[in-house]
Formats: sequence, C-alpha cells, structure tokens
Amino acid sequence: MSRLHVDWTRCDGHGSCVELLPELLERDDWGYPLALGSLEVPAALEEHAWHAVDVCPLLALRLLA
Amino acid sequence: MTSLADVTSPMAVLPPEGARRLLAAADPSLATHRATFGPMPVPLDLVRLLDSAGLTGRGGAGFPTARKLRSVAERGHGVVVANGSEGEPASAKDRTLLMHAPHLVLDGLALVAAAVGARSTYLVTARADVAERVRAAAQERGDRRPVRVAAVVDRFVSGEESAVVNRLNGRPGVPSDRMVRVYERGVKGRPTVVSNVETLAHVALVARWGPDWFREVGTDEQPGTFLASVSGATASPGVYELPYGTSLGQTLRSSGARPGDLQAVLVGGFHGAWIPAHDLEQVRLTRSDLQPYNASVGAGVLVLLGHDRCGLVESAGIARYLAGQAAGQCGPCINGLPRMADALTALARGHARPGLVEEVHRLRGLVAGRGACSHPDGTARFVASAMRVFADEVDVHLGGGCSVAAAR
Repeated sequence: MSRLHVDWTRCDGHGSCVELLPELLERDDWGYPLALGSLEVPAALEEHAWHAVDVCPLLALRLLA
Repeated sequence: MTSLADVTSPMAVLPPEGARRLLAAADPSLATHRATFGPMPVPLDLVRLLDSAGLTGRGGAGFPTARKLRSVAERGHGVVVANGSEGEPASAKDRTLLMHAPHLVLDGLALVAAAVGARSTYLVTARADVAERVRAAAQERGDRRPVRVAAVVDRFVSGEESAVVNRLNGRPGVPSDRMVRVYERGVKGRPTVVSNVETLAHVALVARWGPDWFREVGTDEQPGTFLASVSGATASPGVYELPYGTSLGQTLRSSGARPGDLQAVLVGGFHGAWIPAHDLEQVRLTRSDLQPYNASVGAGVLVLLGHDRCGLVESAGIARYLAGQAAGQCGPCINGLPRMADALTALARGHARPGLVEEVHRLRGLVAGRGACSHPDGTARFVASAMRVFADEVDVHLGGGCSVAAAR
C-alpha cells in the first residue's frame, strides 16, 4: 500500500489535498491537512491521491510506495 | 568478542581506570592529551570495534554509531561533521568536553573520517570560546587536512542533523523534510556523518583500548560512560562523567545532589520526561528502565526539581520556551506549540476553564508527528510527562490552588 508524505516545510494549508481526499484527510485547527486515520492510501483511492499530489501548489505532497 | 590484540598500534599508555575516561586529562594541551591517552591509534577495522563496543550516539537519539558509519562508508567520498551545537539549554557537556579535551574529539573525528573514507571534516559549535579552543587545538596538531570549524546559531533545533548540514551548505540552519537523509546527501551533496562530539571522543577511546575495555563499565544493553549535565536544585551543578546503569538516586548523589530534596528529575532534557522522586532509587539510567516513563538518557541532561518549585509551573515555562524555539517552518508546530503551551500555562496559573485538560491532550495529539523534525513530538512527549507526573498538582490547580505556593 502506498502512503502520503507531507513536507511540512512546504505545506501552507492551501487545502486542495483535503478537498480531493476527504476519505483520508481533514483540516486541522489551522487549515493544515490532518489524517483521519493513517496516511496509508488504499488502492481504491490511489488515483485520487496522485491527483492530490499533482495539484498541490507548493509541491508539498508525495505518494510513497 | 574483539580484544586488545585487534588494535594494532603499540599502546604505550594504560587506559584510564574507573568511570573518569573522557575527562581524564588534566588540561587541554596536546602534550597532556598524549601523555594521558597515548598517540593516535591505527585500528584495523574501526567500525567493527565500535559495533562490538556497542557505542551509541550521545547527541540524544542514541543511534548505533557503527551502523551510521557503515551507511556512509558504503557510499564513499563522504563528509564527517562533529556536532557540538548543543542547543539544549540545560546541557553543558559538549562545550565542557570541547574545552577540556578538544584533542580527544579531534582524534575521534579523524578516526571516523579515515574509517568511512572522508576527506572533509567539520566541527560546529554555537560558542565563540569553543570555536577558538578547537581552532587552537587543530593548529597544535598540524593535521594535513585540518578540521573546519563553523558557527551555528544558538537555538534549540540547530543541532538536528539536517539543520547542521543546511548551515554548512550556506543555508539557514533549520531542519529539512526527512525524505532524503544526510547519509545519502548531506554537506555539498555528499554522504555525511553528523556525530555528536562526545560520541567521537568515545570513538577515540575504543580505537585505543578496544570494546572489552569500553564495556568494563555500564551495562550490556548500554555500555560505557556518558556525560551528564546536572542542573537545577543542587548545590553542585555541572558536568559529570558517569557509567550507564546506576540508579538515578546514586547518580545524583555522586554529583553531590541530594535525592531527598527533590520532587522530580527531568531526564533527557526538554524533550525528555519527568521521573518522580519516589522512583529515583529504583530507576536505573538505562533504556529499558526509562522506557516506561517514555524517557531516555538522551544527551545526558538531568534537571532537578526541588520542593520549593511547582512542577506544573516549571513545565509550562519549558513548554513556552520550546514553542518559541520552533524553526518557524511547519504549520502544525508554528501554531500548535504556542497553543499547547498557552493551555498548560493557563492551567499552571490557575485560570481553569472547562475542558482545559482535554485541550492540552488534544493539542498534544495534533502536533505529534506533524513536522520536518521531532521538535513537535519531543515537546508533546514532555507535556504528556508533565501532565502525568504532576497529575495531583493539576487537580489542585483546577481548584485554583497550588501545593507549593500553599506551603510557603
């Protein structure tokens, strides 16, 4: 299973990842992505996860094998 | 087991006896260093000696030194950095070691550089007097490729290994995202060993007298000695070299402190945990004994809390300090640490409101694991320990009181 990795030094809480992956992420008190459970990405959501990686304006999100 | 026979150089000098090893030389000169420790050894296989010795890093994380060196040695053309950043305010052992025994650290640095095939070596420190002492020592040695001494900013997170590497690469000395590790790509893009200065001094001793000698003190699990920075409620604060495995109570007595005068001891520094006074005699300074408290010996910091101070008030002060020391890069840390410190401070000052305790715990969970470095995790761990060990005091404060203030 693949796993999301947030580079916290880049993330500014833009929030597009949270919108694209509501099954995995929510916004914390300050708007930064917060895992609902873990950052493991089930196969069924992998497509969405790649999309979230692609649209992150700060290149802060990665999908690790 | 490896024996002295594996150390090839002729050892004209006997090893120091007892637990005074790193600080055995009477003064920092090269002549006294050589008279105390003998000449630079030429070990056949340093990494194997360190592996047998069970030497672990003395900068806080306690990673096995041999493994760290192997990961750079197998990549080749590496860089070695002696880390004397010592951003922990209650720690004094790195600067004490560098002022007392700079040549022992420089021996270790040269030995590690040779073992991993590194040509460049650096030493970083936040203090001008330490930099001056190391430069003078390097000049005294007349090494062909002398160590380069660089200054880091005196800040809590300056010593984190990626922060050190960033500083040496001419960038701000703050931590990086952990996707690429410094042993893969560090100073000038090269595989880099960042090793605490005390670790390097132990390397210099193991290279001379071997793993069996090294293991004569300490425990099987954690062999050797460590430098403890003892501060707080004691008449004799300072840096003491102690074997691992003695009880905290005994350790404190050998530093001249009186365990009976204490409420608790903060072990492992501001990212560490409090050990309550009634456990001081049974808890030994080892990984396994400290694990139930979520503590470790770490970089050897021991802060003593007397009966005249409130643990909750002191902890809130430390939490505020840690919040102010964030590098300012990672959102959850920038926002969460001050909020967590504020909640703990409100509790400490008796400004109780419904849900305040729950709020402290919720914020702990919110910051942990959500930063480039372990600063949010370490701070959350410290706050958890304060809430647990001073739980009775939390109850008193929720009622608007304070046991310590009431006793005055």
